[in-house]
Amino acid sequence: MAPLLFRHNRPGRCVTFDEYRSGGGFTALTRALQELSPLDVQQLVMDSKLRGRGGAGFPTGLKWSFVPRNLPGPRWLICNCDEMEPGTYKDRVLLEANPYSLVEGITLASYALGVRHAFIFIRRGYESAAENLRRAVAEARGAALLGENILGSSFSCDIDIHVSAGRYICGEETALINALEGKRANPRAKPPFPAVKGLWGGPTVVNNVETLANIPDIVANGPDWFRSLAATPDSSGTKLFCVSGPVRNSSCFELPLGTTLGEIIDGPCGGMLAGREFKACLPGGASTPYFTKEHFSVPMDFDSVAKAGSRLGTGGIVVFHRDICMVRATLNLIRFYARESCGWCTPCREGLPFVREILERLEAGKGETGDIELLREHVKYLNYAFCALAPGAMGPVDGLLRHFEDEILEHITGRRCPFERRG
Amino acid sequence: MIPESLQLELRQRVATAVTPREAAVDVMKELQRHCGWLTDEAVEVAAELLSLSPLQVEELATFYEMIYRRPVGKRVIHLCDSISCWCVGGERVMTQLRERLGVEPGGTTADGLFTLIPCACLGNCGEGPTMMIGDTLYGRLTSARLDEILAAERNQQYIPTNEEEMR
Repeated sequence: MAPLLFRHNRPGRCVTFDEYRSGGGFTALTRALQELSPLDVQQLVMDSKLRGRGGAGFPTGLKWSFVPRNLPGPRWLICNCDEMEPGTYKDRVLLEANPYSLVEGITLASYALGVRHAFIFIRRGYESAAENLRRAVAEARGAALLGENILGSSFSCDIDIHVSAGRYICGEETALINALEGKRANPRAKPPFPAVKGLWGGPTVVNNVETLANIPDIVANGPDWFRSLAATPDSSGTKLFCVSGPVRNSSCFELPLGTTLGEIIDGPCGGMLAGREFKACLPGGASTPYFTKEHFSVPMDFDSVAKAGSRLGTGGIVVFHRDICMVRATLNLIRFYARESCGWCTPCREGLPFVREILERLEAGKGETGDIELLREHVKYLNYAFCALAPGAMGPVDGLLRHFEDEILEHITGRRCPFERRG
Repeated sequence: MIPESLQLELRQRVATAVTPREAAVDVMKELQRHCGWLTDEAVEVAAELLSLSPLQVEELATFYEMIYRRPVGKRVIHLCDSISCWCVGGERVMTQLRERLGVEPGGTTADGLFTLIPCACLGNCGEGPTMMIGDTLYGRLTSARLDEILAAERNQQYIPTNEEEMR
């Protein structure tokens, strides 16, 4: 049974407000408002060692602690639900089953941070998740769990839902802030970091959906309980892993953080589809270097995955079978990033199409051995981009060079894609 | 013509925002819903409502995947071409759609019914290949299922845009 994020779920439908409450929902908020100071709540999150689930894995409590509490003017909280990283759909699954943990989590985080006005920035295409959230916010308001003087306390907070119009860069936190302000969503320079100067120039925290949905149970059950949920000693909590590709059961699972890759593929995924053999995967969404069969023993937690040369990212695992050409797969990924580049900085705007051309050349059997070195150089050069989009885009290219150089060489020496004839 | 009633409704939406331009995406979407695409007139109206210049609205409109600055068909087919759908046969679906509709990506069918647009990940990765028609998501597209969906979308009662209804 799922111990945390999926514990309120009902098969085939969204949990109701009453069911969520009778399952212990909103008790954390009630307790916090009666017994805990805002800094107590922040300390619980800090002690839980919760790390951001949107991809970067930054410690959530630490991020909160950067917010200056003595500045005049409003502070803001933004929940990032612009889930557009290819291979990632965990936040949609979470919100389609239960929007209430997020609403309670946002309210608790707002209490901790002294925020009166929070936003949920949700991508286009997530219409039913947005609908669930609108309903949940209205129900919470109706029960005095949101709005003016929550549960009779002096704390007031409200949540606005902003549905975007589709662009990957909006998930980058400073670009998201621009998007929310109604500006073109180019990223902003850091520093100043949003915690100091963000939305409308005020201190702002941007947290992912899954991150915030963890908060109620951390407050209710304590940091020790939360830490004990993970499979590896230095990690804490569970993680939503969403799997796609040719496995038997490609869906979203809540598992202890640090479950090994092999345990995920052979366990809940039920192994590969008949006749398919595992070749590689993106372990954490489209911007992470590939893992291969030899990484099956890697615990899927932030530090272990980093140590093994990739990133846990969003937990979106995209599986490739033996007959898939990794040059072609990487080309697909680079095409996505080249198209989604916002064009703000030169390394990204010009560099990604250049890398795309190299991969197109290789895939067409027109590559030269020098192209490998050219790709390797660009893995380095694109780190000079303004934001994390271009370095992320080069993650799979880096993985291709490290794990599949022989496959690139086959394209060059054979003057054709070796996978073409296999279909 | 964009009716006064819609403009009034949008004015009220803008009034609830922290700053007027915060409502830009909502305003563009509603105008597009009315006109079918974001017409030059809609850009002018949006600019006025949001206290922006038309150029500033243009800057936003051309940025977003779901805001159309050119006329589109009655139903826009967004086919995901990202990695998860690609590795379970997304390219095959694109080929079939091009054949069945007789258009290239970005094109609109001669009868003005469908526009075909490849798009970024739709967040339905566990059930690819995926496309979205209007607000409806279709996953696990096989060749047979795709033909069924197209037939159903074609035979559905033709839904005129608000603007056409008023003419």
